[in-house]
Amino acid sequence: MNCEELLQRTSFIELSARERARALLDAGSMRELIGPFERMVSPWLARQGVVTQADDGVVVAKGRIDREPAVVLAIEGAYQGGSMGEVGGAKIAGALELAAEDNRRGIPTRAVIVFETGGVRLQEANLGLAAIAEIHAAIVDLRRYQAVVGITAGTVGCFGGMSIAAGLCSHMIVTQEARLGLNGPAVIEQEAGIAEYDSRDRPFIWSFTGGEQRYRSKLADAYVDDDAHAIRETIRAALRAGAPARHRSDRHEDFLACLAAVDPTQQARPDAVRALYKEGL
Amino acid sequence: MTSTKEQSRGAAWLAALTAEGRPADGYPQTVRVVDGSLAGEPARYITVVPDAENPFPRVRNGEVGLIEGWTLARAVRETIAADAERATKRPIVAVIDVTSQAYGRREEAYGIHQALAGAAAAYADARLAGHPVIGLIVGKAMSGALLAHGYQANRLIALDDAGVMVHAMGKAAAARVTLRTVEELEALAATIPPMAYDINSFATLGLLWRLLHVERADAPTATDVDRVETCLVEALADIRADRRRDLSGRLKQSARRTSKEVRERLRAEWQEG
Repeated sequence: MNCEELLQRTSFIELSARERARALLDAGSMRELIGPFERMVSPWLARQGVVTQADDGVVVAKGRIDREPAVVLAIEGAYQGGSMGEVGGAKIAGALELAAEDNRRGIPTRAVIVFETGGVRLQEANLGLAAIAEIHAAIVDLRRYQAVVGITAGTVGCFGGMSIAAGLCSHMIVTQEARLGLNGPAVIEQEAGIAEYDSRDRPFIWSFTGGEQRYRSKLADAYVDDDAHAIRETIRAALRAGAPARHRSDRHEDFLACLAAVDPTQQARPDAVRALYKEGL
Repeated sequence: MTSTKEQSRGAAWLAALTAEGRPADGYPQTVRVVDGSLAGEPARYITVVPDAENPFPRVRNGEVGLIEGWTLARAVRETIAADAERATKRPIVAVIDVTSQAYGRREEAYGIHQALAGAAAAYADARLAGHPVIGLIVGKAMSGALLAHGYQANRLIALDDAGVMVHAMGKAAAARVTLRTVEELEALAATIPPMAYDINSFATLGLLWRLLHVERADAPTATDVDRVETCLVEALADIRADRRRDLSGRLKQSARRTSKEVRERLRAEWQEG
């Protein structure tokens, strides 16, 4: 992106979850379900001295994409790190379940998930984990009928059980600012030590889990600039392409064959990962 | 390092429920698969076991790592393929005793999230294809490891034992992420059931189909095995009698009323008025 383009573009990263949903849907088509005025808040946070948010950090937006029925599920990274609690998790799972039900009745509702999340909200621990399992179940169901498209733009990225949800999506889109990985850096450092993973070394972390690395090693399908227009077009193209013949999550033979060639006595390097998966996937 | 003395709970229950059935060939040390029977019909039993010599240093204590995630996917998808032409799909029993997902640089580098997605998708597809999937929690059921191995089951059964726990993150890391001390975390867990680690608190959340008392959760007695087998048979019958192949069975208990209310509101608002 040159200077002129940078001035012209609309940053996607700087948009709130609600604005992101609106930017992805056809103009004027967005209708929010269980919006903030319903005040469906977390029943667990207030008693722990944590401020609740009127939408629990998840926006469920129905509307159209390319004039076809669609639902966008956008997680607000600015609220509690985009963490999944009981209410927010149920909003995502429930909406995906209804989208699958639509498809069974001949209505081709598609889903886009905007991941900006650290994973389970630890203040609701086991209920967040349970909701994430239900999100997984719903994605696997829906993707039998329609492509489920995921994007993580940053700055939070996509971690924990929700990174598994990203791994279930038919198409996964990333930006340079995003990261996609199971375990957050601080947690790995806590569990495995600083020699294994230095949570303060940002270039190191991005070199393994950053959007560009994930795209170059075929763990993401598209790598886009932080440009709302470009992201919207990439998502449309992914929806038009439909679900792949075989989802990435279903390629255990290919991944096991690749991993058989890894020497686990050596520490991993980003370039080795790229080379291995470029060849084997 | 698979001496019977140090046998993990997962390995002990897998052996007990399959009458010491021989593990299928061609699997890594960490994923044990036995084709046994349940209620007189063929059934596949799967568990993850520790391997102190594992070449991947971060999966030596029963964690689910890269190889484990993709191998669970393989074990489940083989069963789906084997029964593709059959009207009656064989049950799959996930015997759950998983310390956690593997925390390591190698794991993140090679995409452990994708490996766990592989396992979760395989179990979910098996369930959708009509395989009765039962998750039997006999030890730890932690976080991403549980999401990969068991949380997609039609029915979840847990042993009522102090060594059985379900949680999203270990205490030290959870304290660090939430900016609390471990003591503060434990004090909160005592009054907020979803934050607790013990199985009795978990049972109040409405996610378990049954909580079973046994005498020896780490080395099951004949009575224990009988009790668990009977429960598995009941779960199988309950799944077969249920026309739904999704996880809606987990929304029936009153503790799930908030999750249910969210779904009811979504449904009411879904169609344009």
